[in-house]
Amino acid sequence: MDRAERSTFVFSVGLLGVFFIAVVYASMGRGIEVPTCIVDREPFARDTLFERQPGLYELHMIARMWEFRPGEIRIPAGSEVDIYLTSLDVIHGFMIENETESKAHMARPLGVALAVPRYTGHNVNLMAVPGAITYARARFEQPGTYKIVCHEYCGDNHHFMNATIIVE
Amino acid sequence: MRMVLERGERRLLLIELVYPLLLLAMGVYGGLMQTLMRAGIVQRDPFLGPNYYQGLTLHGVFNAIVFTTFFAVAFGNALVPYALGKRLPMRWAWVSALLMVVGSLMAAITIFAGGASVLYTFYPPLKAHPAFYLGLVLLVVGSWVAFFNWIPLYRHWRRENPASKTPLAVVGIFATFIVWLIATAAVAVEILFLLLPWSLGWTQEVNVMLARTLFWFFGHPLVYFWLLPAYVMYYTMLPRLAGGKLYSDAAGRLVFMLFIIFSIPVGTHHQYMDPAIGSNWKLLHAFFTFAVALPSLITAFTVAASLEYAGRLRGARGLFDWLWKQPYFSREQWLFSYLMAGLIIFIFGGISGIINASYSMNVAVHNTSWIPGHFHMTVAGPVLLAFLGMSLYLIAQVAGKEVRFRGLAVAAPWTWLVGLLLFSFAMSRGGLLGMPRRTNLGVTYLNPSSPFFREEWVLWADLAVVGGVIMTLAIVLYLLTFLGTLLSRQATEPALAFPLAEAYHDEPVRALANFRPWIVAALILIAIAYTPVIWDVLRSTYENAPPYLPSSPLPVQPAGQ
Ligand code: HEM
Ligand SMILES: [Cu+2]
Ligand SMILES: [Cu+2]
Repeated sequence: MDRAERSTFVFSVGLLGVFFIAVVYASMGRGIEVPTCIVDREPFARDTLFERQPGLYELHMIARMWEFRPGEIRIPAGSEVDIYLTSLDVIHGFMIENETESKAHMARPLGVALAVPRYTGHNVNLMAVPGAITYARARFEQPGTYKIVCHEYCGDNHHFMNATIIVE
Repeated sequence: MRMVLERGERRLLLIELVYPLLLLAMGVYGGLMQTLMRAGIVQRDPFLGPNYYQGLTLHGVFNAIVFTTFFAVAFGNALVPYALGKRLPMRWAWVSALLMVVGSLMAAITIFAGGASVLYTFYPPLKAHPAFYLGLVLLVVGSWVAFFNWIPLYRHWRRENPASKTPLAVVGIFATFIVWLIATAAVAVEILFLLLPWSLGWTQEVNVMLARTLFWFFGHPLVYFWLLPAYVMYYTMLPRLAGGKLYSDAAGRLVFMLFIIFSIPVGTHHQYMDPAIGSNWKLLHAFFTFAVALPSLITAFTVAASLEYAGRLRGARGLFDWLWKQPYFSREQWLFSYLMAGLIIFIFGGISGIINASYSMNVAVHNTSWIPGHFHMTVAGPVLLAFLGMSLYLIAQVAGKEVRFRGLAVAAPWTWLVGLLLFSFAMSRGGLLGMPRRTNLGVTYLNPSSPFFREEWVLWADLAVVGGVIMTLAIVLYLLTFLGTLLSRQATEPALAFPLAEAYHDEPVRALANFRPWIVAALILIAIAYTPVIWDVLRSTYENAPPYLPSSPLPVQPAGQ
């Protein structure tokens, strides 16, 4: 290795190291987690939504060809929701978007809109897989309609499969 | 050095180069239709009808699996014997070609017949016709046979040249197929033990998470199987095409060995959002994923240094002058434009890949159209362009023709670059607004008369159409030169001659001389990375799934009930 090569090598390792530390910080320091392995929950085949503690809801969400149950969820602003999700048939996808923000973004000047979307997601992006339960916690501060689109191909009518969360 | 081709060798290479391009042409057509259907501009494909997902399966399987596998085999069949100065053993080469043609035809026919609208990832419990799975197995086995056919050539060469370094081109091709062999073992297990018996009705149910995990054990190294033949060209040919030398031979060898080690224990970065796998193990795979970015960064340096060397030979001065002294639009060195356009695209493909790999950041992009935005800048960028360029290069030599319409040949990759960057930007940008991938948006979300209409996605879906049209145009330009060349009068004796570059730094490095320690290291890392993942999957899934057809929410009844 000559000098230029050696310094590039060190720089590359360093750069990737910094990226990885940032990733660890985002997940552990800022609590943005990815779904994990769940072994201590009873399997469920029916959907429910109930208030477990004041302001903390528990949602059992079912995905099946080609609907989510419940298809519409109403909760008060400021609630936190523990989402448990499974599928009764094939694999489905589940991502909570933030409609209010994305509409607002289209009203901005084109140059700004091109550069960056105003993105305040809920960090909820899950796969619903038969035979497994998945989990995420989301906080809903702003009133509005939050859309959920099935984002994994699940058969002929996949593009009809969606749900909404209405925060009042 | 020229290697005159015999008749059998010519025929074999002609088939292995032309046949996959026919499928690619259909696949690209499918891609154009997808952009139009997604945007709601057309409602049905004139050939395939209204089923978007049938077309998408065709697009993924033809472009990303059949075309790429055929090219890698054809490239190896030409390059390995050439670099070793040996003749290809024809009997097994034909067996391999036969398996691959039959297998890919089985898969293709099943897709056309509507029996496999399960996309190229064929996740259960959506079930395809058994012929689809069997066809894929034959295709893969055929590619194994091709690899096994080169190994004795290498052994002979080694016996005759005990003191020489293995040619870098051969190291690269062997690394490609070592990765491929380890990776496809997992998908072979998935298909032969889980999916095929299940789709035949011999077993009732399948563990969906297990199948999915085996798929991604294969699915990530698959992308390196696509990429490594392009890397072989970047290391062994690009410097020569630019008029210079490879900056460092050892860097090339190190990069190929690093890919053997790190390509596979990273597969769960495709499953960050999956249940049933501990997040700590996902983080471990994220770590290895950053490690596998290292060889690509080394490659960026080595390629740039090689081009700089060439530029300086042409009189470049100062820090960046060499950038302008490259044969970007040279008709003489037209192959350079394919490799270079691909490299430029790959800058963006690499950056977006690092974003995807970044663990919890994946939440923002997983399964949105950001993802196809990303991987068209890899597999439909450097990979596609290198493969197309080399296919044209080889077809001219194999058929003994001169490359025709060189202006078009050079215009094609740059046109592709423009279309692709536009397409990928539009897809990615829409993805950041939540626009999902693998979804026939035109029926609902981008249909103004649907209650689910999403106005904010319209611009990005439309822009993707513009990009897609330009990409299609680029492929038309390419096919014109390809066919023009193939159908022109024979000009020379059919013979292979690769523009192999010399190395500027050419010192041998002992640790890089032998594959064995690197393969052992790879197997150890795979065991470390995958044992806990499989264990988590097995302990946390509580039931298996019966088969479903895409058309019905009721499971397929076993025969006789
Ligand atoms: C004119 C050229 C092309 C166009 C317009 C195009 C367009 C598209 C679009 C719109 C999608 C996303 C569909 C969706 O998620 O709903 C897609 C997916 C895909 N494309 Fe392309 N594409 C082109 C060429 C290629 C090439 C050359 C390759 C590979 C060599 C390729 C590989 C793929 C793969 C693997 C997928 C993913 C399929 C899946 O999600 O199952 N594409 N393409
Ligand atoms: Cu779906
Ligand atoms: Cu990957």
